Amino acid sequence: MGEIQNFTMNFGPQHPAAHGVLRLVLEMEGEVIYKADPHVGLLHRGTEKLAESKPYNQSIGYMDRLDYVSMMCNEHGYVLAIEKLLGVEVPERAKYIRVMFDEMTRILNHLMWLGAHGLDIGAMTMFLYCFREREDLMDCYEAVSGTRMHATYYRPGGVYRDLPDTMPKYQASKWRSQKEVDRLNEVRDGSLLDFIDAFCDKFPGCVDQYETLLTDNRIWKQRTVNIAVVTPERALNLGFTGPMLRGSGIEWDLRKKQPYEVYDRMDFDIPVGVNGDCYDRYLVRVEEMRQSARIMKQCVAWLRDNPGPVMIDDNKIVPPKRVEMKDDMESLIHHFKLFTEGYCVPEGEAYAAIEHPKGEFGVYIVSDGANKPYRLKIRAPGFAHLAAMSEMVEGHMLADVVAVIGTQDIVFGEIDR
Amino acid sequence: MKGLIPNFVLDVWSWFPPLMQYLIETTFWIAVVMITVILSVAFTTYFERKVIGYMQGRVGPNRVGPWGLLQPFADVIKLLVKEVIIPEKSNRFLFVVAPLLTLIPALATWAVIPLTDTFVIADINAGLLYVLSLTSVGVYGVILAGWATNSKYAFLGAMRSAAQIVAYEIAMGFALVGVLMAGGSLNLGDITEAQAGGFSNWFLLPLMPLFLVYFISGVAETNRAPFDVAEGESEIVAGFHVEYSGVAFALFFLGEYANIILISALTSIFFLGGYNSFFEGWTFLAEGSFLREPSLLWLIIKICFFIFVFFWIRATFPRYRYDQIMRLGWKVFIPVTIVWIVVEMVMVWMQVGPWSGLAG
Repeated sequence: MGEIQNFTMNFGPQHPAAHGVLRLVLEMEGEVIYKADPHVGLLHRGTEKLAESKPYNQSIGYMDRLDYVSMMCNEHGYVLAIEKLLGVEVPERAKYIRVMFDEMTRILNHLMWLGAHGLDIGAMTMFLYCFREREDLMDCYEAVSGTRMHATYYRPGGVYRDLPDTMPKYQASKWRSQKEVDRLNEVRDGSLLDFIDAFCDKFPGCVDQYETLLTDNRIWKQRTVNIAVVTPERALNLGFTGPMLRGSGIEWDLRKKQPYEVYDRMDFDIPVGVNGDCYDRYLVRVEEMRQSARIMKQCVAWLRDNPGPVMIDDNKIVPPKRVEMKDDMESLIHHFKLFTEGYCVPEGEAYAAIEHPKGEFGVYIVSDGANKPYRLKIRAPGFAHLAAMSEMVEGHMLADVVAVIGTQDIVFGEIDR
Repeated sequence: MKGLIPNFVLDVWSWFPPLMQYLIETTFWIAVVMITVILSVAFTTYFERKVIGYMQGRVGPNRVGPWGLLQPFADVIKLLVKEVIIPEKSNRFLFVVAPLLTLIPALATWAVIPLTDTFVIADINAGLLYVLSLTSVGVYGVILAGWATNSKYAFLGAMRSAAQIVAYEIAMGFALVGVLMAGGSLNLGDITEAQAGGFSNWFLLPLMPLFLVYFISGVAETNRAPFDVAEGESEIVAGFHVEYSGVAFALFFLGEYANIILISALTSIFFLGGYNSFFEGWTFLAEGSFLREPSLLWLIIKICFFIFVFFWIRATFPRYRYDQIMRLGWKVFIPVTIVWIVVEMVMVWMQVGPWSGLAG
């Protein structure tokens, strides 16, 4: 008789289902997992340390790159913490814009998650369907910030600029005829708000389409129902937040529990799961997309009727207008000071958390009164989720590991930071 | 036909001994069928990418040649010029033999497939057994590849494939027992002939459960989605062929697609009357219309339809988990086939059903 031993398998860091650079060391007996040991840090870029050596505003761009599928939400957490320290009140319109883009980001994130989760479990069509809609939202990002991903749009004191009156348009090329381009540009003729409005009308239909492929699909259910069940108590103890916690049946959403910006004026529901398995978390996230579209629609309605400033009028924090700089000495000085040494934040510490698509994204800043944070700590929701990996996959099969990675909605940018 | 060939060629031809003539003629037809199949494989990959592309709201390959038609050839050339890397700790011999073992049976099975009512390369009486045995040989290629590679991912793929194919081979075998009982012969030509006379005479309706089991088992047998656990992209990367590259990988690829075409052809022959016309015996079509005659065209249409279904399934369904596949095979398909064989037995015995004439 030969010696019987467990199978140790190295899952990643290069693996199609590793969602980046996850390395799992799996102890297996045949196909059954006994232990999963996640190794993190392969995407560590030292964001927290880097922020200590830069003026506050220059780190906003790093926040985009934390969780690189929900960019503006990361910015929001960071910007909110700075505003708390500075004690500034953001203009109303900026708050609505932030809420609208937070929800847009939530849809972006959940679409990415749905596509990747589907692809992991083998439903490849989901991926392309989701990306079709992501494309439209990326265009909105582009319209307001000029970039499709790393927007750097939220600034302490408001947002970088007001919503544009025009949308970027497609141009005819060798591969795209004028007729096709006209059809694509049809919804892009009006302002950004018109485009978002049209998207919100169309989007629930798209979600229905995704659901026809998955929700009642027997194979999908076999692959997700009763996989990686987390009890409500355990989910709390593990520090789960966001859809991971709500999937287990705990009604916890920062947008409702400690409303920031204008969420208290929004009408939306929080979906909650029952069993705490992958299928429930899937349903929760899908419903969240519908609710986000609902919130966006309310924001669009308000923003249409209420023009106004989107930045506070304090040139100690916010750069002056370009036009003013041309003939106003003080503005020029303000501009120079802001872009060289930035602004000093009063001594103290602040923690600001937002309901990020993945959970509670918190930023903790300690300031010693200088123009750079003394210490910046980022609370990434994915980190706590990943820590539960071993517990969630224990006793399941290799194919379920992939489903669990999918359901945790892991992005390494924020876990490794 | 004779008039097309110059006389001196026929003279030279007549000098050969009859056995030699037979050998040359058979080899010629084997070559014709093989080349056709391989060319079809090339365009099946193109077809797949286009079909799935349109299903997913994109256009598929459209850059190489008109409408991307030359894409398969570009892929072949790319694979041919790539280096074949043989892992150091692998078993070199088995590593090289394995891809051949998947490809050869997929091509060899075409020998007994009746392409028209007159043309079949080897008209053997045990055609059905030949088909069953050759398709089982194909599995060894996968298992050997996984074993010889000496990689854990490949090994898992091989194990999955071995277990899966044992389960589905049985279901497939039972489904064919039903066809055998209905057709009254092991000869594929005779089975097709038994279904002559239009759509109502096909085995499709009376053997519907067996048809479904056979086709789904066929999808599982070819390791296609949603049964592609042996190469489950997102779980074990590429499974048994994870370390294969260049030509060796191309052979696996060729084998897989040749198997798709083969399973489609077999399904058409066993359940959809092979080369028989859908409209046979329909009086409103003109007498002598080619639509009413059995021909290769009908077989090709049926094969294309099943290939399309393969791709349709792939674009629609998520992947099964390995134990769920086993459960489906052992607990659903095998009982279904056994029950339907008993039902069929009773029907034959009681002289009901389209094949009642054969029972006596």
